[in-house]
Amino acid sequence: MSLNELWFLLIAVLFIGFFFLEGYDFGVGMATRFVARNDLERRVLINTIGPFWDANEVWLITAGGAMFAAFPNWYATLFSGFYVPLVVMLLLLIARGTAFEFRAKVAHPKWGETWDWAIFIPSLLVPFLWGVVFSSLVYGLPIDSKMNMHGVFSSFVNPYTVLGGLLITLLCLYHGLVYLCLRTTDELRDRARALATKIFWLLAAAAIAFVVVTFFVTDLFARRGAWLYPIYVLDVLALVLSVLFLGKKHDGWAFGMNAGVILLTVSSLFIGLFPRVMISSIKSAYDLTVYNSASGPYSLGVMTIVAVTLLPFVLGYSIWSYTVFKKRVSKKEHLEY
Amino acid sequence: MDVLSLARFQYAATTIFHFFFVPLSIGLVLIISIMETMYVVKKNALYKEMAQFWGKLFLINFAIGVVTGILQEFQFGMNWSQYSRFMGDVFGAPLAIEALLAFFLESTFIGLWVFGWDRLSKGAHLTCIWLVTAGTSLSALWILTANSFMQHPVGFAIQHGRAVMTNFGALLANPQLWVEFPHTIFGSFATGAFVVAGISAIVLLKKKNIEFYKKSFKIGIIVGLISGILLAFCGHFQAQYLVQTQPMKMAASEGLWKDSGSPAAWTVIASINTTKHQNSGEIQIPYLLDYLSYGKFSGNVKGIDTLQKEYVAKYGKGNYIPPVKTTFWSFRIMAVMGGILCILGIVGAILLWRNKLVESKWFLRLMVAAIAVPYIGSTTGWLMTEIGRQPWTVFGYMQTAASVSPNVSAGELLFSIISFIAMYTILGAVMVYLFARVVKQGPALDNKETLQSDDPFDGEAYHVVTE
Repeated sequence: MSLNELWFLLIAVLFIGFFFLEGYDFGVGMATRFVARNDLERRVLINTIGPFWDANEVWLITAGGAMFAAFPNWYATLFSGFYVPLVVMLLLLIARGTAFEFRAKVAHPKWGETWDWAIFIPSLLVPFLWGVVFSSLVYGLPIDSKMNMHGVFSSFVNPYTVLGGLLITLLCLYHGLVYLCLRTTDELRDRARALATKIFWLLAAAAIAFVVVTFFVTDLFARRGAWLYPIYVLDVLALVLSVLFLGKKHDGWAFGMNAGVILLTVSSLFIGLFPRVMISSIKSAYDLTVYNSASGPYSLGVMTIVAVTLLPFVLGYSIWSYTVFKKRVSKKEHLEY
Repeated sequence: MDVLSLARFQYAATTIFHFFFVPLSIGLVLIISIMETMYVVKKNALYKEMAQFWGKLFLINFAIGVVTGILQEFQFGMNWSQYSRFMGDVFGAPLAIEALLAFFLESTFIGLWVFGWDRLSKGAHLTCIWLVTAGTSLSALWILTANSFMQHPVGFAIQHGRAVMTNFGALLANPQLWVEFPHTIFGSFATGAFVVAGISAIVLLKKKNIEFYKKSFKIGIIVGLISGILLAFCGHFQAQYLVQTQPMKMAASEGLWKDSGSPAAWTVIASINTTKHQNSGEIQIPYLLDYLSYGKFSGNVKGIDTLQKEYVAKYGKGNYIPPVKTTFWSFRIMAVMGGILCILGIVGAILLWRNKLVESKWFLRLMVAAIAVPYIGSTTGWLMTEIGRQPWTVFGYMQTAASVSPNVSAGELLFSIISFIAMYTILGAVMVYLFARVVKQGPALDNKETLQSDDPFDGEAYHVVTE
C-alpha cells in the first residue's frame, strides 16, 4: 500500500469515527424532541452525551485537517465547491455547540426552549447535509480541468443526494436511540427503544432504496461490485440483527451491530470512490484521485509517523473517558447541562 | 466589492472574533489549574470553589472558541482554495497535528473535568485540567507553526508550481515560531490573568466574598505580572527578528520611508502621508529604534522606499508596501497595552504585598477597565503581524490576490459574511450576558464550614464566610 492509499484509508477511518461517535450525538439531539417530554427529560438526554460530544466533533475537525495535509487539492476543491452547504453546516454546528453549554446557564423557560431548538435543528440538519455531501461525491460533480468545482444548486440537491441525506439522518437517529437505550433508565429507555423499533423500518426502506438507486445512477457497482455486494449483504444483516437484539433488550449488542452498519455504509462509499476522491461529471480525466490531489511523499511520511504515534494515545484516553462515565444517566443525579 | 476584498474582510472579521476567545481560554485554564493545584496541596475547599467558579466562565468562553475555530479550519479551503493547493503540503501538516495532538486532548479532558468531580480521584481530576492546559498551549504551538511558515517560510521547496515540504524539523525549529509562540502564549496568560483580576476587582469593590476574590485576584495578578514582563521581553526579541526576516513590515510599523541612517531614532507618533511617502509632526526618541531593532545603539534600518526597490528587483513589478498607517498605529497601540499590563501588574503586586488592595478603590477601578487592555493588545498585535505581511500570504512566495478561491462568487461571500457576522454578534452578546450573570451569582460557597483559610498570614480568613 502506498502512503497515498494509506492516507485515503486514514481519512475514511476518521469519517467513520465521526459518523459513529458524533452520529449518536446527532441522534440524541434529535431525540430531545421525539423521546423527551419535558425539560428534565431533555436534560437527561443531553447529559448522556455531555462529556463526549466535543471530543466526538474533533473527529470531523481532524478529518478536515488530515484532508488538508494529505490531499490539499481534495480539501480545496471540496471546501470551495460546497461553499453554501458548508456555510450552513458551520452555522448549525456553531449554534449546536454553544447551545449545549448555554442552555442550563439561565433558569428561564424561554431561554432553555430557544437553546433546545438550537440543539434539535442542527442535530437533524447536519447529518442530512453530510449525507448530501457524501452522496454527491459518489454521484459526480462539475469539476473542471483546473480542479475547480463550479456547482449549482442542482449539483448538490437532486433526488439521489436527498435520499442520501435522509439515509444518514435516519441512521444517526436510530444510532442515537440505541445509544439512549444504553445510557438511560426506566421510561426514557423504554420510549427510546420503542421509537428505535419504528425508525428501523424507515431506515431499512431508505437503505434499500439508496443501494438500489446507487446501482443505477453511479458507477460504484460497475467498478467495485466485487467489494460492494458482500458489504451490502453484511450491512443489511447487521441492521436486522441490531433490531433483533434491541427487541431482546441486548442493547450493547444492538449498538455494536449498528456501529457495524455505520462502518459498512461509510466504507462502501469510500471503497466505491477509490482511487478517486472526487468524481468529475464533466470528464473522467478531471477526476481527483489519491494520486493527483495528494501531498508529496515526504509530507505524507512525516504525517504517517505522527499519526501512528499519536492515535494509540487518543484512542486510549477516549476509551478511558467512556469507562469513567459508563453509568447510566437518570433524573435523580446532578445534571450539568 | 470584489471576491478578494470580501474574502479578506471575512477572514479578518472571523479571525479577530475567534481570537477574542482563544487567549482567554489558554490563560484562564492555566489559572484554574493553579487554583485546583492549591486545592489539592492545601486541602482548602475555597480553592475548589475558585476552580469551579472560574471554570464556569472558562466553559462559556471555551465553547465559543471551539465552534468559531471550526470555521477557521474550513475557511482555508472555502475562501482560499488556491492558497490551500499551493501550500497544503506544508501548511496542512501542523493543522492536522494540532487536531490530533491538541484538540482531542483538550476536548476529552475538559469533558472529564466538568463531569468528573465526583467520579475521579482528586489527583486524576487535577491531572485532567493540567492536560487541558497542555492541550490549549499545544494548540497554540501548532497553529503558530503554520502561521510562522507564512511569515518566514522554511523547510520546503517549490516543485511543479507548488510548495513541497522537505524538512519537517526546520518547520518546528523556525526561529519565527520561537519568537512568535512565547509572545502569543504570554499574551494569552496575561489575558486570563487580567480577566480574573478585573472580574475579582468588580466584586471586591462591592466588598462581597472578599477572601474568595482576593485570593483569585492574587493568583491573577501574579500570573499577570510574570507573563506581562515576559511578554515585553518576547516582543523585543520578535522585533529584532522582524528586522532580519520581514524588513518591510518593520519599516511599515515604524512609518520609516527613507533609510534611518545610524544611529536611528524611534518615532513615538507621526502623521503619516502614504501618497507623498513622508511624515509630519514626528516626535522621536534618539537611538531607540536601533535598540529595538538590533539591541545596540547604532545601525541603519532600511526604509520602505529602499525596500520597495529591492523587492521589485527581486520579485518583479508590483506594490510591496503594506498599509503603513494601520501597521504603524497597531504596533504602537499594542506596545502601549503591553506597557500598561506590566505597570498594573507591578502596582497590583505591591498593593497586595502591603495588604492594601481592598482599600485601594482607585486601583480596583483601574483593574476593571484593564480587562480590555490585553484584548486591545492582542488584536492590534495580530493586525500588525498580518496586515504588515501584505501583499503576501506566504512571504516572498505567494500573494494574497493569488490565494483566493476562483470558483466562489461575491454573492456567496456576501451571504457567508452576513450570516457569520449575525451569528457572531449574537454569540458575543450572549457571552457578555452570561459572564455578567455568572459573576452576579457568584461562587457557590455552599460548604461554608470548610472555608477556613489555613494561611496563617491571611488576616481576612476568619470573617468573610458569614454573609
